[in-house]
Amino acid sequence: MCAYSCTLGGERFQFPNLADVMAKATPARSGDALAGLIAESDVQRVAAQMVLADLPLKVFLEELLIPYEEDEVARLIVDSHDAEAFAPVSHMTVGQFRDWLLSDAATPTVLKALAPGLMPEMAAAVSKLMRSRDLIAVARKITVVTAFRSTLGLEGRIGSRLQPNHPADDLKGIVASTLDGLSYAVGDAVIGINPATDNIPTAMTLLSMLDDLRARYDIPTQSCVLTHVTNSIEIINRGAPLDLVFQSVAGTQAANEGFGVTLSMLKEAHEAALSLGRGTVGTNVMYFETGQGSALSADAHHGIDQQTLEARAYAVCRAYDPLIVNTVVGFIGPEYLYDGKEIIRAGLEDVFCGKLLGLPMGCDVCYTNHAEADQNDMDVLMTLLANARAQFLIGVPGADDIMLNYQSLSFHDIAYLRNSLGLKAAPEFEAWLTSMGLVNEAGHLLPSGQATERLLEAAQ
Amino acid sequence: MSDVVKDKWAALRQATPARIALGRTGAGLPTGANLEFQFAHARARDAVHSALDMDALEAELAPLETIRVASAAPDRANYLRRPDLGRKLAAGEADKLNARPLCDVAFVIADGLSSAAVQAHAASVVHAARAKLEGLSFGPVVVASQARVAIGDEIGAALGARLVVLLVGERPGLTVADSLGAYLTYGPKAGVKDSQRNCLSNIHGKGGMSYEQAAEKIAWLTRTALERGLTGTGLKEESGTLTQENAPHIGEA
Repeated sequence: MCAYSCTLGGERFQFPNLADVMAKATPARSGDALAGLIAESDVQRVAAQMVLADLPLKVFLEELLIPYEEDEVARLIVDSHDAEAFAPVSHMTVGQFRDWLLSDAATPTVLKALAPGLMPEMAAAVSKLMRSRDLIAVARKITVVTAFRSTLGLEGRIGSRLQPNHPADDLKGIVASTLDGLSYAVGDAVIGINPATDNIPTAMTLLSMLDDLRARYDIPTQSCVLTHVTNSIEIINRGAPLDLVFQSVAGTQAANEGFGVTLSMLKEAHEAALSLGRGTVGTNVMYFETGQGSALSADAHHGIDQQTLEARAYAVCRAYDPLIVNTVVGFIGPEYLYDGKEIIRAGLEDVFCGKLLGLPMGCDVCYTNHAEADQNDMDVLMTLLANARAQFLIGVPGADDIMLNYQSLSFHDIAYLRNSLGLKAAPEFEAWLTSMGLVNEAGHLLPSGQATERLLEAAQ
Repeated sequence: MSDVVKDKWAALRQATPARIALGRTGAGLPTGANLEFQFAHARARDAVHSALDMDALEAELAPLETIRVASAAPDRANYLRRPDLGRKLAAGEADKLNARPLCDVAFVIADGLSSAAVQAHAASVVHAARAKLEGLSFGPVVVASQARVAIGDEIGAALGARLVVLLVGERPGLTVADSLGAYLTYGPKAGVKDSQRNCLSNIHGKGGMSYEQAAEKIAWLTRTALERGLTGTGLKEESGTLTQENAPHIGEA
């Protein structure tokens, strides 16, 4: 008899293996359909969820989705599993784990201690049994504090990345967008540029420019040029002012190879960035990006659904003590997340799983023009994620990224979240904003006056 | 407009096409800026979802012979969800292309993610490029609907073409919704890797590559590829300065 089966409404459902249960239990999305893994009917999906609910959490320790020998991410997950931290929930089924997470017994302190005991597959599994409100309620209970020049993740706060991209890496254009964002109180998590030309000299020029700007106004934040990890190592060797090492990562060794990255490279880069000692209030020096669908697009998914693979990417992230992790949720396109409904669900799953695994999880609330989504969907997702206490969200001028050709949140949207939900920027950044006369005591934007005059000098 | 706070740095707009200094009302976008954004997004959406006007395109391509084919994607919704279907011909479509004399070059026009780009620029680029390729033999111009770049491989093979020049509507942005791309593939057949193609991107009228520039590059690449027997990473474009690093991610692979 098949180990993964149930009878539902008089019909017998069987699933050949654990990966199939996980895939069939996943709320519908186009990427799993493209991979041929999606549930064949809504009833089959519920049957898989019922099977999953009755599986012991321990099954994920016993039945690895990708063999230990084949995949360095699998080895990382197994070798870094903390059995002692896992002990309080080790007797539970996935369904019992969901009930416990939602209960008052799962306090912020308890959840924080649990994180190293959870494998990413456990987080993914329980998320498949949770509704949006469940994901938000549990994520909100989890606090992950990280710091470099600003302290992120404190209660009552939401961070923001200022993303001042330019299609030709024009320095004046980037400064203009940066000043625009600072004037809207954005940039406490990072000022981060995606370079149009991805090479070492360009990255060094951009880093120097951002560092000069930061030093001139004594802004308590960190900068980053989102270039390949090997470039960052070289940039450190050449002595440029690098705050954070960036890298896109995925949940399998093969998909990471598609990004040209291995765990040993990440370790080397982490150590190199730590050696610079540039942080003033903390030592979290890594910035990772992830996103559902990246493994399938690299043909490296091993027959595993994209949400489970995404959670596995978080195991990679947490090995290097990051300042921020960002799921670029709608960027990859409608063949992975088709519409606003799928993007919203995925954004909530990612922030929930990331936080449950102990990560400073943020989100690029975004979509492309060929997805069935618009800014209204982003309004919904950003409001939900702020309530789930995402570590940070991304803002670009007018929500329009003119280099990467997609839409994210605007600087105005970050201000909306802070005003309407009573959230503040990181405390060091908040103090700076106040001293510059950019915000009032409540953190609301002040009419631009002398403050922006001072900032504008930088653009001359 | 007393509720709107104007941003004092509007002069910086000259430094970047980014949507800066929009002003605000509370934390919200002023009405005008909000509608401007909606207009740009609507235009990009229309570029993705509007069907290509085949009759108009054929009229513009005249007197060149054209053949219409459909990909295996039955409609736009499937096309967007299933990139694999857009890369191959629907059943029976290859029959329209068989039993023709072999040729050096076949032009294929694929709607891709912007029918607006194809409608606006494809015929002009074909005419301009052919004018620079005298002495070569050409197959009919094949117009493929719900199609991605790799569909040119199957079409080129069926036509017996030595090289395919495929023009495709690129993923629209808010600023430019009608950007055309060109992919050249020597020895087209199913299973060609993307690294075996040469790509020109950003052919459009808003500061992009002009028809003449595109035609020149296509002609140089075509003649060089036929001479050397390859396209792709082994063939660097040398007809002028061309930066592919800034090309948008087209999502066509």
